[in-house]
Parts: sequence; structure tokens; C-alpha cells
Amino acid sequence: MAEYKKPDSLILPLASYCPGCTHGIIHRLVAEAIDELGIADHTIGIAPVGCAVFAYNYFNVDMLQAAHGRAPAVATGAKRANPGNIVFTYQGDGDLASIGAAEIVHAAARGENITVIFVNNAIYGMTGGQMAPTSLIGQKTTTSPLGRSVERNGNPIRVSEMLSSLTGPAYIERVSVHDVKHIIAAGKAIKKAFRNQVEGKGFSLVEVLSTCSTNWGMTPMEALKWLEENMIPYYPLGVYKEV
Amino acid sequence: MRQMMKGNEAIAEAAVQAGCRYFFGYPITPQNEIPEYMSARLPEVGGAFLQAESEVSAINMVFGAASTGARVMTSSSSPGISLKQEGISYIVGAELPCVIVNMVRGGPGLGSIQPAQSDYYQATRGGGHGDYRMIVYAPASIQEAVELTQKAFDSADRYRNPVMILGDGCIGQMMEPVSMPEYKKPDDLGEKTWAATGYHPGCGRERNIINSLYIEPDRCEQHNLDLQAKYDAMKEREVMAKEEMAEDADIIVVAYGTTARIALTAVRKAREQGIKAGLIRPITVWPFPEKEIAAAAQRCKAFLTVEMSLGQMVDDVRLAVNGCRPVEFFGRTGGMIPGVSEIYDRILKIKEGL
Amino acid sequence: MTEQLIIAGFGGQGVLLIGQLLAYSGMLMEKEVSWLPSYGPEMRGGSANCHVVISDEAVGSPKVEEATVVIAMNYPSMKLFERSLVPGGLLLYNSSLIEEKPSRSDIRAIAVPCNDIAKEVGNARTANMAMLGAFIGATGMFTEDVLVEALRHKLGASKEKFIPVNRAAIAAGMTAAKAFE
Repeated sequence: MAEYKKPDSLILPLASYCPGCTHGIIHRLVAEAIDELGIADHTIGIAPVGCAVFAYNYFNVDMLQAAHGRAPAVATGAKRANPGNIVFTYQGDGDLASIGAAEIVHAAARGENITVIFVNNAIYGMTGGQMAPTSLIGQKTTTSPLGRSVERNGNPIRVSEMLSSLTGPAYIERVSVHDVKHIIAAGKAIKKAFRNQVEGKGFSLVEVLSTCSTNWGMTPMEALKWLEENMIPYYPLGVYKEV
Repeated sequence: MRQMMKGNEAIAEAAVQAGCRYFFGYPITPQNEIPEYMSARLPEVGGAFLQAESEVSAINMVFGAASTGARVMTSSSSPGISLKQEGISYIVGAELPCVIVNMVRGGPGLGSIQPAQSDYYQATRGGGHGDYRMIVYAPASIQEAVELTQKAFDSADRYRNPVMILGDGCIGQMMEPVSMPEYKKPDDLGEKTWAATGYHPGCGRERNIINSLYIEPDRCEQHNLDLQAKYDAMKEREVMAKEEMAEDADIIVVAYGTTARIALTAVRKAREQGIKAGLIRPITVWPFPEKEIAAAAQRCKAFLTVEMSLGQMVDDVRLAVNGCRPVEFFGRTGGMIPGVSEIYDRILKIKEGL
Repeated sequence: MTEQLIIAGFGGQGVLLIGQLLAYSGMLMEKEVSWLPSYGPEMRGGSANCHVVISDEAVGSPKVEEATVVIAMNYPSMKLFERSLVPGGLLLYNSSLIEEKPSRSDIRAIAVPCNDIAKEVGNARTANMAMLGAFIGATGMFTEDVLVEALRHKLGASKEKFIPVNRAAIAAGMTAAKAFE
């Protein structure tokens, strides 16, 4: 039986996340992938703006902190200047799918050889529960108090589907972390997204469906159930692109 | 050996000579020759050029490349520089060196594509959010543009702060003879131990984090005080200005960049007519040559500030003169270049009033 | 000595090249020079112009307001820039395309049949070289050899074969300018 220990590439405690937040699981999966591939000594991580803004405190590698949404552009600059480095971004849904929509689309279109971990929990966490581009129809947030409506806000963006329509990306998969089985699958996807970069395959993105029990107004267990029952039907899991 | 070079191309080549290996930009007139030149030149020297999806992305790519310790540059013109301001603020906050070229055109909004100096406030006051400054070089000739571009990379590294080359459409589009100086890196610029190049325990340094976030306000204040100490050092050491016939002048024209050349012709014309006119040309518009102007105020009778704007640098001249002499202003804007005779007429009018 | 030149014409007449070669020749003569092209909206209308300053001292304004020389390759350019000349200034105009006479009498005007010369030497694209020849014929500011050296630099080694025909156009332009007066 494998020993359960802290990955070397993870620095604990993850003090800035709420109890029950699935960011912790995803951080661990990223750190495990870095450890297992033995790439920590030449990996550069890019922290976003949002709840994961302090990711630079948690990954035991050299880290950059980018402006809101600009992580793929920052990653592009870092990778182009030093192609031998493994460069990854860790971004939420407001960061990646809203303010950073142009940056992610063009990094993907260029087939930039970077790894993107896209954490989609359908809400703005850090700023206090506002509507995200991925908030579901009917979802109540602090800026959609009556629930998101198509008439007012349009439909949520399915990032994996959208980006997989581009020729550039090498690998796009949507995973979830609502139970153990799915966490294991998510870990494999994240590792593949890093391995692709090591092998020079190009742009790899893993969209991880995640919870925000605090801003969803639920217990952590209720949030996991809500993810499974509400998010997965709109954001189906699976591999959207693999070349 | 002198060769004829267009300002934009000369700046690009000077950057390459100074070790710039990465360029991220976006097309906008009148600076397009810089990215065009870099797209062909950088691959020749083992560097990389990338046309970004926007000016916002370009400046953030600069952030990323600068984080690795590379010498990196971007260029744009006024509307594009406005877009870059977010990134510039982050670059200052994260203490990254880079060089930013602004070939200023008429504004506001889409404005015009002709030469202007109406981005002076933006350049010298820290155009983005937060309390910051950067060295801003304002070349008046292609030769000077080349020399200042090379110096800009050194200054950026020395202070770990962005440096701006503030040109205008005229500086960018004009051709003049240039001797490309042989670049020599100053001895005081050591290795960039702060750069994010890859870390592992036992690699001989702490983990490098390139960051502008200081969530506790007391730490953020301290960070600002540390930055301020750098700006104070720049003010102390980096001021550059050129005086022409200013020693015995009654009327001193203050102008920078292209406008200073036109003003110099007007000053020469005034001298031919027996009017004791002179010129002070700030080469760094930040830090501003306030001591030089304050000293001149003790000797001369009046100042005339000339700009391709409706009056921005004139504020700095008035602050330096501090009320002890009259400071008149003449400007053209929107892409109109002031004429020699227009400036001469203003000198004449001031002379009559003395 | 400070010569201030405006060179203007249609896009495609080699107007910017005339200016560059004049500036380059000036540099070869150890003068201070500047070349400033128009890049504004007028370019969209198919016209082109540039300002060249050739001086013994550092060039002040690169923008020419009071021209000592105007080179007009077509009629709209002559009409527009003739008025920029100082009294006694030199106007060189392309009489192959300009039937009208200059309106000013206080200037020195020389008609140069640039396109006809170009045809005679056997290459229609050398009309601008004929005008450059006329410029040195009229001013004596530099020699044919200096101009050809500037042209060589501009064309590069691969276009060396075009030098003789350009030289012929320059020579014919010089002769035309001298014969006119």
C-alpha cells in the first residue's frame, strides 16, 4: 500500500483557503504530478488573481504572480524566454474565462507549450461570491440575486468545448474532484498535461470542476453533491481534445 | 561608421546590441518598424519575437520574460501604451526590469497618427495605478535614441524597474545618420539572482517569487517606501539635460524631444536677431531636471515651454521655477508640429514684454 | 549652409527614395542630414512627400517650413509646395507630367522632363533619377559619383546591374537642368 505523504512540491498549510475547499485537493494533484515527473527544479508556476492568488506560497517551485486573467500571457513570456523550463498556470473561472478570455484563447491557438490548470467552481470566490462566466442558469450569486438568467446574462461558457474547437491545443480534458474515483482520474489528467509539456507536445489544459461551499452557501458535503448533480450535466466530463 | 537609419529600426537594433533577446508587441502606427525589425532580427541572435493578441498581453509577456532574467522590450504608441498600463504597474510592483518604447501620437482616444507629446503626464507620473515612477528618456535625435535605448536596459536592470523611451511619430519615422555604439555592459550589473529560473532545495538560494501582492497594508507600505528609495536614487543620479546658449540667455525655452530641435532652430534665429535666447532640453523627463531649471531661473528673465501638447511639462517647469520668473507656454497638439516661426514669434513677444 | 528640401509627388514615383538618396549623399559629404517622410492620411490618397535637411550644423527642425528647394514630381505637389519656397528658392518640376508653369516669379524654376528622359534612357522607372541628376546639375551640391554611391548602398549588391541605366538618367537630368538656364 502506497504511503500517504505530503508531496515535496507542496508547501503546507494551505492557509488561505476555506475549510472544505477543493483547491487543496487540486493543489495536491498538481504537486504530485510535478514530483512524479521529477521536474520541480525547472518548473515555473504562475498564480492567478482570485482565491488561488497565494498559490505562490504553496507550490515549492519558483513562482510568478500575474495580473487578473493574464497568466497565459505571462506564461508565454516565461516559456519563450526559457523554453527549457516547465511553465504552468493555475487559474480560476473568473480569471481564465472572463477577464482573461483573450489570453487563454490565443495561448491555446498558438499551441503554446504550457500547462493550464483551470479550476471551475462557477463563482468568484475571492471577491465574495459574484457571478462568474461559468455560473449556471438560475444560480444565485451576489450579483445575480434572482439567479442567473439567459436574458440578462447569457449562457455559461463551456471553456473546454470552446478551446477544443481550435487547432492549436494538444490536450484538453474536463475532470472533477467531487469523489475519490474522480480525484484519481483528475490526477492522471493533470499529470498528462505536464508530461505533454515535457515531451514538447504543446498546449494542455485540464478543467477541474470544483466547489465553493462558502459562496455557494452550503456545507462542503452539500457542495460536492451540488457539483455532481448540477455542474456535471452542463459541463460533461471527458477528453475534448487529444493529439 | 555612420549609416542612415529610421528611428524605429535604429532603436530596435540598439536594443539587440544591448542584449535584448525578447520582444512582444502589437501593431500600431507610427511604431510598426520596431516589431517588424525585431521579427526578422531576434531569431538571428537566438531570441524570440511574438506578435501578441493585444497590447495587454504583450506587456504581460514582457512580465513573464523579464521574470526569467532576460532583457526584454515592448513598443507601442499612445492608445497601445494606455492598454499596457496595467502590466507596467505590475512590473513596477514586482520589480522587474524591461524597456518600453512609446512613439507618441495625437490623442485622446484614437486621436491621430502624427507626432505628439500629449502622453507626458502618463509617462512621468506612473501611468498605471499605484504610487510609482520610472526613468523616462526623451531622445531628440536618432543617434541619441540609440544611445538612450542601450542605457535604458542598463538602468532598468540597475533599479529593477521599467524604463520608458518617450519618442514621437517624428523620432520613429525620421532617418538620420547613426553610429551604432559598441555596447558594453556596466560592471556594476551583476547576475540576476532574483530571477525565476528553477528552484530546488539545496540550489543555493531561496525560492524566487515574482510578485506585486503585499496583502498586509504595513508590508505594502514598506514595499512602497522601498520603491520610493529607488526613485530617490534615480532623482539623485539619473537626471539628464542639455543646455544650448542658456548661460547668458534672457529667455530660456524649455522643450524636449522633437520639439526641442524645432525650438533650437528658433533660438538660433533669435540669436541671429540679437535676442539672448537659450534652450534647456530635458533628456530625462522623469526624473526632471528641476535643479538645472531652478538654477537657470536665477540668471534668466523668462521661460517659454514648448510642447506638442496643450501644456503638460510646463507644470514641471513651473514647479522648478517656483514662481520666481514668468513661465509662458506654447503648444500644438493632435499631431500638429509647432513651427520654427511660431516659436520664434513667441520668443519675440516675450522679449518685447521684458 | 542649411538646405531645406521638400520632395513630393504620387506614390510610386520614388519620391521617398529621392529624399533618402539626397540625405544619404549629404551624409557622404560629411554634412548633417535628416529625412522625414509623410506617413499621415495623405498617404492614403496616393500622394507622398518627404522633408530633407542638409546642413553644416546639427539639424534643428527636421520639418521643413521654409524650403530652399522644392522638387515636384506632379502638378498637385507643385501647386501645394511652391508656396513653401523662400524667395530665390529652387523649384525643380517634372515637366513631363506638369504642363502648367509655376505661379511664382521670385523663385528659380527649372523644368525637368523626367519621364521623357527615363524613356530615352530605356527604363521608365528612372524618372526619379533624372530628377536627382537635375538637382545636382542645378545646385552642384554633390557630384554624380556621390549620388551613385548612395544609390549603390540603397539598392544593394544584387541590383548592381541597374546602376548603368540609373547613371544614364542622372547624367541626362544634369544636362537638362544645365540646358534649361
